[in-house]
Amino acid sequence: MTVDETIRQVLVEHGRLAVPVESLADDTDLFGAGMTSHASVNVMLALEDAFDLEFPEKMLKKSTFESIGAIRSAVTEMTDG
Amino acid sequence: MIATEAPPTTTMTHAGSVATRMAVVADEVAGPAAADVDARGRFPTETVEALRAEGLLAALVPTASGGGGATLAEVSEGLVALGKRCASSAMVVAMHHIQVACLVRHGSSPLLRDYLRELSEHQYLLASATTEVGTGGDVRSSICALDVADGRFRVEKQAPVISYADDADAVLVTARRTADSPESDQVIVLCRPPGLELEQVGEWNALGFRGTCSTGFVLRATGDADAVLSEPYSDISTRTMLPVAHLLWSSVWLGIATDAVELARRFVQAEARRKPGTMPAASVRLAQTAVVHQQFVDMVHSSLARFAEADADSDRLSSIGFGVGMNALKVSASTLVVDIVRECMLICGLASYRLDSPFSLGRHLRDGMGAALMVNNDRIMANNAQMLLVHRGE
Ligand SMILES: Cc1cc2nc3c(=O)[nH]c(=O)nc-3n(C[C@H](O)[C@H](O)[C@H](O)COP(=O)(O)OP(=O)(O)OC[C@H]3O[C@@H](n4cnc5c(N)ncnc54)[C@H](O)[C@@H]3O)c2cc1C
Repeated sequence: MTVDETIRQVLVEHGRLAVPVESLADDTDLFGAGMTSHASVNVMLALEDAFDLEFPEKMLKKSTFESIGAIRSAVTEMTDG
Repeated sequence: MIATEAPPTTTMTHAGSVATRMAVVADEVAGPAAADVDARGRFPTETVEALRAEGLLAALVPTASGGGGATLAEVSEGLVALGKRCASSAMVVAMHHIQVACLVRHGSSPLLRDYLRELSEHQYLLASATTEVGTGGDVRSSICALDVADGRFRVEKQAPVISYADDADAVLVTARRTADSPESDQVIVLCRPPGLELEQVGEWNALGFRGTCSTGFVLRATGDADAVLSEPYSDISTRTMLPVAHLLWSSVWLGIATDAVELARRFVQAEARRKPGTMPAASVRLAQTAVVHQQFVDMVHSSLARFAEADADSDRLSSIGFGVGMNALKVSASTLVVDIVRECMLICGLASYRLDSPFSLGRHLRDGMGAALMVNNDRIMANNAQMLLVHRGE
């Protein structure tokens, strides 16, 4: 799976969004699409498992998880770094 | 909306620090009225009037807006003094200052800036309606929603508890931002007469904090849309309402515990005087209780310092570590108050169990038991459990 496919798969399983994940653009606001802060914690945990990484404290904020694009930047920053 | 009777006289003349003046009101006004406030479950009018006469209801408002410019630590110290004499009075005053802190730190519209000046001038008392029928203690979601049209808002809330609403000059109310918003997308709005209507539902006949008059209401309000605080309630809660509430509530509970320890100390000292040379039986338990009491004092002080430090660095204030710490304060303080009162009852024995003795600890115990329930400790622990899943340490 590509990075994007994995992110979308995590959102399908844990995002509890009000709309289908396929309909999301790269920059769609996930919180606006119905993701609660409780769901965002589960998304984060599932991303850490899928990519075998641990987000540092400075990335633990709403903006890191606000869209598929933002998540991809965070994940690639950590896997490339 | 306070009855127009002559303000109670105290020995004060607007001199001294905020904490000292609150302590004088505690000793001279709140203490003497405490038994009656508790027995009749009535609002502590004389205490609030005395604080009002001293300008102390605007203690947290900056001096530029006509207030006292006091720090949270000074108000905390004053609340400990009030809590020692009348926990109901102290809780009313604490809840008021929590609302004032939200307005001072987040009320940026010209209307809300002007309101703070008016509050200082007239010494208004503020109440709060966050709890709602249907969401219970989950104050981070709302069912009711604002209806905003033509620059006016309208809201109706089924509030199971609004403390001292009948004696307050305004109520800060949480609601969903719009009728289409999810439950978690909340705002907070200042509701005041003549646009405020309160229909009482039920009575407040509770075990403790009886003078807070925490009755249920159907609240209906309308007003200028600029009375809605512009920041999301989630941010106001994280940065101000939750930490300030936990700090000021803990100060009230510390006051209850402190008075219990003082009674226990006097009890043991009286025993010692009767038989000089023999250690009173309860003296070691008193020493142990004093250790726990000191932990409580130090925890409130260090938490005030933690808030002041985090306040200087905006990322810290919304960090997971800070939130977990402020929740830990509430859970610890609400547990310690009951632990300490219970130990003091073992020290004073039957004298504390009797309701007609100078060492009676009945009211301390009844008031103290409310601490763990006003936002249930289990609920707070569930929040911390979730935050700890992603916490990275300091
Ligand atoms: C003296 C006093 C004054 C108050 N004044 C005001 C006021 O002025 N304005 C205001 O808005 N509110 C006020 N409150 C209400 C307070 O803020 C709480 O919202 C309220 O005490 C919660 O009531 P509850 O126990 O019915 O609800 P809940 O907290 O919902 O608790 C109900 C039950 O749910 C259980 N529970 C535990 N954990 C969870 C969880 N994670 N999820 C779901 N359920 C859980 C609890 O064990 C409990 O039995 C006041 C309360 C007190 C005691």
